[in-house]
Amino acid sequence: MSEVTATASNDRGFFGEGNYPGIFGWIFSTDHKRIGLLYFWSVTIFFCVGVLLGLLLRLELFAPGETIMSAQSYNATFTLHGVIMIFLFIIPGIPAAFGNMIMPIQIGARDVSFPKLNLFSWYLYITGAVLAVTSLFTGGGPPDTGWTFYVPFSAQTSTNVSLAAIAVFILGFSSILTGLNFVTTIHRLRTKGMTWMRIPLFTWSLYATAWIQILATPVIGITVALLFAERVLGTGLFDPSQGGDPIMFQHLFWIYSHPAVYIMVLPGMGVISDIIPVFSRKPAFGYKAIVVSSIAIAFAGSLVWAHHMYTSGMSDMAVMIFSFLTFIVAIPSAIKVFNWLATMYQGSILLDPPLLYALSFILLFTIGGLTGLVLGAAAADVHVHDTYFVVGHFHFVMFGGTGMAFFAAMHYWLPKIYGRMYDKTVATVAWGVIMIGFLILYISMKVVGMQGMPRRYYDYVPEFTGLNQLATVGSWILAVGLILMFVNIFRGIFKGDPVEANPWGGACLEWQIPSPPPTENFGEEDPVVTHGPYDFKKAGIL
Amino acid sequence: MSEEHAHIVPYKTFAIVWIGLLILTGITITVAQYDFGAWNVWVALGIAVIKSGLVVAVFMHMKYESRLFKLSLFAALLILAVFIGLNFFDVLYR
Repeated sequence: MSEVTATASNDRGFFGEGNYPGIFGWIFSTDHKRIGLLYFWSVTIFFCVGVLLGLLLRLELFAPGETIMSAQSYNATFTLHGVIMIFLFIIPGIPAAFGNMIMPIQIGARDVSFPKLNLFSWYLYITGAVLAVTSLFTGGGPPDTGWTFYVPFSAQTSTNVSLAAIAVFILGFSSILTGLNFVTTIHRLRTKGMTWMRIPLFTWSLYATAWIQILATPVIGITVALLFAERVLGTGLFDPSQGGDPIMFQHLFWIYSHPAVYIMVLPGMGVISDIIPVFSRKPAFGYKAIVVSSIAIAFAGSLVWAHHMYTSGMSDMAVMIFSFLTFIVAIPSAIKVFNWLATMYQGSILLDPPLLYALSFILLFTIGGLTGLVLGAAAADVHVHDTYFVVGHFHFVMFGGTGMAFFAAMHYWLPKIYGRMYDKTVATVAWGVIMIGFLILYISMKVVGMQGMPRRYYDYVPEFTGLNQLATVGSWILAVGLILMFVNIFRGIFKGDPVEANPWGGACLEWQIPSPPPTENFGEEDPVVTHGPYDFKKAGIL
Repeated sequence: MSEEHAHIVPYKTFAIVWIGLLILTGITITVAQYDFGAWNVWVALGIAVIKSGLVVAVFMHMKYESRLFKLSLFAALLILAVFIGLNFFDVLYR
């Protein structure tokens, strides 16, 4: 290679060094950054589809009665909205996209432990996604069960639940393989000096998440396989007339799907834990406490699944025990929130877009978490179960939590990966619009839920009209904010001003290498780590 | 990775374990003829545990693996036991 082309390709980092021409350089690449970007674009596209479906749902609920779609279409739309947002956006969102892009660099590795397995897990993800989309147009039409696939309805409905179940099965394997890869990478590929207590908190959160992915995801595989057997072979496992137990399905489903909530939110917490110290110019307060709380959330969060089932008809003894266990999870979550606030206390706060989204996370996740305690208390839950209060609650924790963390990660790391900066003023305005829309939309949902509006119906009594219209208007404001944010980010990626290696003043390893990073991440020699991830003084930032 | 070594198990061991498994299967069938009341399930499960233990230890080479592998296996089994155990708070008290 001549000197000129070498320089040119170095400027473009790993973008200039594909092994194959054009798109093949991406879909056959085993480079963790390219796979991370494949994931990023896939999950972002599915997020936009999910948002579109959500907007349609809100439009239907603008007025009582049939507004734009029939009851059957409404059932299919909210099922699809849930399946896409959960399985195709939030679960792979932060770990598979930003985890792949950033985690190996953060620990000083040149790639993940099993690069081919990494690419294979993206193929599995796309296969699952294609099957999920195919299920809409084949067989008995789009599934109408909700993303939870509860029996007995899911075992009886003529819609295409079987194919959707296979899609979830395959997506689960994608998640397990990513988890396996990350655990091995973090154990085996840390560079010299990267001790366990010097690992950045984002990587720590991915480590905790990866263990849940490995241990809990097989259970959803088994669950949907049993559902498939129930539909195709009539095994009767969940059918009382054949000695089966429908509540057992709910147990099996939530044994995975509750820990999955932590697969969704833990990496988000990791993003926030990484961003707050950088924009406060202070070391993370209580680094060890944050690490331990990540592990504690992963552990305790795996033992609380039946709090989704207080009104299902399971025993009162189980209701009491799972209610008690649920309250335990609040402790490590609160440890994180207080540590973030203590990190910012007396710091030199820089209100750049990544920090704004991180602050939104703290506010919205805390509101979502506290309303979660209302639902975790069995006596209160009986009254608000399956109302819009629940819908408001999980949108606060999932969208307000993980979604905002995903946006924070976009604003924080995409300039690193692409080597170009977005317009910070537009990003700040977009953040403000998103927050206004978000609060109007989901607070209205919580209030109308408290008033008794049940979820999963396309119709409601006229008394609820005002708050529903307010929520729908909120959804429009939110959509405007999201469009503004994405247009600004994408414009920045392709046309923004070039950025230097360390635009935010971070002390972790990813900020020590050029933007965009070279294919092998580091030069001839592996980096040697001599200080903690938030030691700004030793890193020469302060 | 250089320390990795394959442990070769003689056919005789496999044959003995196989015969042991066959005998245990015979015992399972035999005890099924008797009624132990509430202990029915426990007896059947007990024999099944011994059988799967033999398979894991010998056929799947767990007996010759390092302590870390054994620990991982027991961690997985413990988690499974906790998941199933917590379900009994529902099933037993319903």
